[in-house]
Amino acid sequence: MKYLDEFGDADLARRLLDDIHATVTRPWAMMEVCGGQTHTIIRNGIDQLLPHGVEMIHGPGCPVCVTPLEMIDRALAIAELPGVTFCSFGDMIRVPGSSDDLFGVKSRGGDIRVVYSPLDAVQLAKEHPDRQVVFFGVGFETTAPANAMTVRLAKEQGIANFSLLVSHVLVPPAITAIMDSPTCRVQGFLAAGHVCTVMGLGEYEPLVERYRVPIVATGFEPLDVLEGIRRVLHQLEGGEARLDNAYPRAVQPRGNPVAQAVVREVFEPCDRQWRGIGMIPQSGWRLSPAYAAFDAEQRFEVSSIETTESPLCHAGEVLQGLIKPNQCPAFGRECTPRSPLGAPMVSSEGACAAYYAFRRLDDPVVA
Amino acid sequence: MCLGVPGRVERVWEAAGIRMAEVDFGGVRKEVCLAYVPEVGVDEYVIVHVGFAITKLDEASALETLALFRSIGTLEAEFADPLAESGGSP
Ligand code: SF4
Repeated sequence: MKYLDEFGDADLARRLLDDIHATVTRPWAMMEVCGGQTHTIIRNGIDQLLPHGVEMIHGPGCPVCVTPLEMIDRALAIAELPGVTFCSFGDMIRVPGSSDDLFGVKSRGGDIRVVYSPLDAVQLAKEHPDRQVVFFGVGFETTAPANAMTVRLAKEQGIANFSLLVSHVLVPPAITAIMDSPTCRVQGFLAAGHVCTVMGLGEYEPLVERYRVPIVATGFEPLDVLEGIRRVLHQLEGGEARLDNAYPRAVQPRGNPVAQAVVREVFEPCDRQWRGIGMIPQSGWRLSPAYAAFDAEQRFEVSSIETTESPLCHAGEVLQGLIKPNQCPAFGRECTPRSPLGAPMVSSEGACAAYYAFRRLDDPVVA
Repeated sequence: MCLGVPGRVERVWEAAGIRMAEVDFGGVRKEVCLAYVPEVGVDEYVIVHVGFAITKLDEASALETLALFRSIGTLEAEFADPLAESGGSP
């Protein structure tokens, strides 16, 4: 078991695994929602250390992967406009739109900047009052507080040449969509720790009750993921469905109320398309009317967008947990991190990239 | 972008009414906004997403996580600028 040394505390890892093996009496399937957790599971081979028949279904929790294609195309169209400086997190640079990516716009002379924090984009706007500085505000509940505060500051300081192209997505509506799907096989969830750090646990209680499904919030490190899996399996074997917190060092039940207040002021819920999945009602945030002046979609005329996905890409099935990445015919052949056909091969949190990076090229797939 | 990285608050100041800090992520230093963790001060540890601290973290947990992230190359990946690199990721 070469992997155990890489868990930090190999003894604890072994004890958790022993407990899991002693607990499980039949097959179970659970979903880790977060792409960071998918990455850990594949890197450390956690799925292969679990008892036979316990399946980890990889969820849609990678913002790079689910940002809708029309939003990527819109970003590309805005970035191409003269006088625009387009700022983005580094992860989005290589995400394929219908026929191009931000890197391509850059190589044709577009002013594309990678920023670490959205505040850097506001700083650029201050320094270059003659340019329109646009920030691509994507992500789950973890990046929303940063983007919300940034727009609020831009408004307070009257920085009129700054705007935000917003495509936020939310975890709880995605869980609802997954559980309502007729093909759903998920019997338990690992909830994404830092999403809960911001939003708290309250939103998950109704989901646990409605679907009678265990939900355990946990972190991204190997031992956190193992402990989360262990707690879900104990509930499943015991016929229970509860909300549990396996990540108390970073998750308070109420979350971060200061961040929630700013997010609620700046954003409002909206229906959102998820790339590869489709429309999920009330699954996103957009700018609230008070901040509409900072909405890049309204500031720039880029409405008539026609999108085309690569016909070879099965990202939708991957993101819905219907197939594993290495079951996609293009995986590792037409599609690699260097020439990705779909977003899950681009992002470091994408399931396809994780399978590729850790050489799951043609492992037997546990079904 | 989606990954939260723990770091240690080295220096705190106010800019335009907002608390900012220099945070050390195992050797990499970045400017971080502390608006969402008003209780945090110098020498304390925070989890940071895209330049914003979202919660305080105890020192032992933070150091463990940083050691893990360093050993598997997570820190370089998180702070890399893909436009500044010539090659691309392996
Ligand atoms: S391997 Fe590539 S083509 Fe296949 S689903 Fe993943 S991203 Fe799409």
